Amino acid sequence: MSSLRILVPVKRVIDYAIKPRVNKTQTAVETAGVKHSMNPFDELSVEEAVRIRERKVPVEDIVAISAGPTKAQDVLRTAMAMGCDRAIHVEIPTDKGEPDLEPLGVAKMLKAVVEKEKRNLVILGKQSIDDDANQTGQMLAGLLNWPQATQASKVDVEGEQVTVTREVDGGVETLSAKLPMIITTDLRLNEPRFASLPNIMKAKKKKLDKMTLQDLGVDATRRLKTVKVTEPAPRKGGGKVDSVDGLIGKLKELGAL
Amino acid sequence: MTQISLRHQVIRIYKDLLYLGREYPLGYDYFRPRLHKAFAARAGLTNEEEIKRGIQRAEFVKKEIETMYYLKRYRTLRHRYDKPQI
Repeated sequence: MSSLRILVPVKRVIDYAIKPRVNKTQTAVETAGVKHSMNPFDELSVEEAVRIRERKVPVEDIVAISAGPTKAQDVLRTAMAMGCDRAIHVEIPTDKGEPDLEPLGVAKMLKAVVEKEKRNLVILGKQSIDDDANQTGQMLAGLLNWPQATQASKVDVEGEQVTVTREVDGGVETLSAKLPMIITTDLRLNEPRFASLPNIMKAKKKKLDKMTLQDLGVDATRRLKTVKVTEPAPRKGGGKVDSVDGLIGKLKELGAL
Repeated sequence: MTQISLRHQVIRIYKDLLYLGREYPLGYDYFRPRLHKAFAARAGLTNEEEIKRGIQRAEFVKKEIETMYYLKRYRTLRHRYDKPQI
């Protein structure tokens, strides 16, 4: 029975609670000085990797990886504080403050790392809350030619066989596949633990390797260009009615009654 | 594992709560003085049992805050990504 060698890619994104603002040139979202944290779906994948190990499934190690500017290391430290054994930071130069990377580039980079570190399970967040691409996991599965189970809400590992329950429109779907495979996480998979202060201190001693795209031999030049970014149209205000008759009158006006 | 002294336990739970308070929805500036007051009010305790109960209450509050953060995030993401189709 081979043990799992898990890779968990994580991304540093604008915190979910912050309302994003479009920058002055309408080409991107303003990120300078804005609070950043780990993509919530990636927290779910780190948590799942750690829980798989806690369920006494043989896990050799859990490696977290992130691609981006130097600040991406904060997110890697959080991942290690949650339970990852070591981390890899792929330094990406920024283009106008934004890491110059697309899902396809990320997938190519991850493929190179998977082969280099001989991983047999990759757990990714289903999408990042800033790009909302929902492409990286699927592209990686295609590049590696591995089976994939996306939007996982439950993962069971038994030896070489992995059974995944997926969230689909109208219900759930249960898939089974043999390692190696790709899994992407859905919101209902688990409740991510909080990185407590003692764990964060311990994480500082864990190994963090640095690499570049050239080291991995990956060409991740952008193929898409962002033409314009605009905020959605502001919501039109509602009107207040004085009484029940007023309400009925308004509904008749709108043709709802 | 050696038993940490009560004093250190109190300091540890205070630091943990302070760390959690950074993301408090009403702001760190709202959280920090209230946390300080809550601990300062019990600073004169000498009875070991009472101190232990105080620590347990602080641990309880810590769990409550963590759960609140988790629920807030879960609800926001659920609303954003799983909007029920009308």
